[in-house]
Amino acid sequence: MRNEQRQSTGMSTVRKLWIGIGILALLSPLGVIVPKWFGAEGAWGEWGLDEIEKITGFVPAGMKRLAERWKAPLPDYAVPGQGRGLAGESLGYVLTGIIGVAFAGGAMYILAKLLARRKKSD
Amino acid sequence: MHIPDGYLGPLTYGTMYAAALPFWAAASWKLNRTLKAKQAPFLAIGAAFSFVIMMFNIPIIGGTTGHATGATLIAILIGPWAALIAVSVALIIQAILFGDGGITAIGANCFNMAVAGVFVGYAMYRMIAGDAAVTSRRRWIAAAVAAYVSLNVSALITAVQLGLQPILERAPDGQPLYSPFPLSIAVPTMALEHLLLFGFVEAAVTALVIKYFQKNDPEMLS
Repeated sequence: MRNEQRQSTGMSTVRKLWIGIGILALLSPLGVIVPKWFGAEGAWGEWGLDEIEKITGFVPAGMKRLAERWKAPLPDYAVPGQGRGLAGESLGYVLTGIIGVAFAGGAMYILAKLLARRKKSD
Repeated sequence: MHIPDGYLGPLTYGTMYAAALPFWAAASWKLNRTLKAKQAPFLAIGAAFSFVIMMFNIPIIGGTTGHATGATLIAILIGPWAALIAVSVALIIQAILFGDGGITAIGANCFNMAVAGVFVGYAMYRMIAGDAAVTSRRRWIAAAVAAYVSLNVSALITAVQLGLQPILERAPDGQPLYSPFPLSIAVPTMALEHLLLFGFVEAAVTALVIKYFQKNDPEMLS
């Protein structure tokens, strides 16, 4: 943001950072594999309806009504036909990682271009 | 820390949308005046980084998982207004495409992780860093402390919103309608796991990347 005079190095910085993000996306299965190694469940307070029922013995009525209203196209960072087990989960995680990076980066890029273009001169 | 659909009642999720909205508007207004087209790639990288870093779930042995958000780091690198929008974009994509965080909870999740995360982190960083040289040790330590505090504030306000549900939203028979866990469970659980582990993960990620820029590209920090 505060780097207005960086034309000469700007390109290479951007490219290096994208490579870094690509590496993170490829390593993302660690985010499912490492918790499994240590016998950790998901995050606190992010349980599905089944898990809530197991923990508390019932599903709160409002929760039941709201929880299933939105059907995400790729729920829980899984892709259709990713296969079973940790290998399948890891594959789904890499692919959704790449998809998510592309969508988040792409949406932000378009939005930033729009915000930069509609510049008002006060 | 991504609150799913069904955990917050309409009173809370409506309030949190209303709380996030003026910050989104102010950020758009600010960026509309200051953002240059050639800076767009850095915002895109910020959103992509926030998205991908949240995939790295860190386990508490035999317990739950948590993750860094990158809010403080991104705020230091691209400024707080741009960071607020970048982290929000990542959270909205997570909710819509992957069901990570609810649609009704987008206001809450963006307020907690993007608005509070960015501003607490950025303010702490500026305060501690002062006018220390860009490549000084004080800078990365300031970034690490700010990141630790920022993630813990995000976790605390998330826990308070969840813990208020059994008080705010009940059926006539007294049964909770949404998140059933009281403040006395939600706050200590979420606060402790972030104080003891996830806050340090956020601090380490932030400090490492800041140190990378200090060594290789200090202009990004000026």
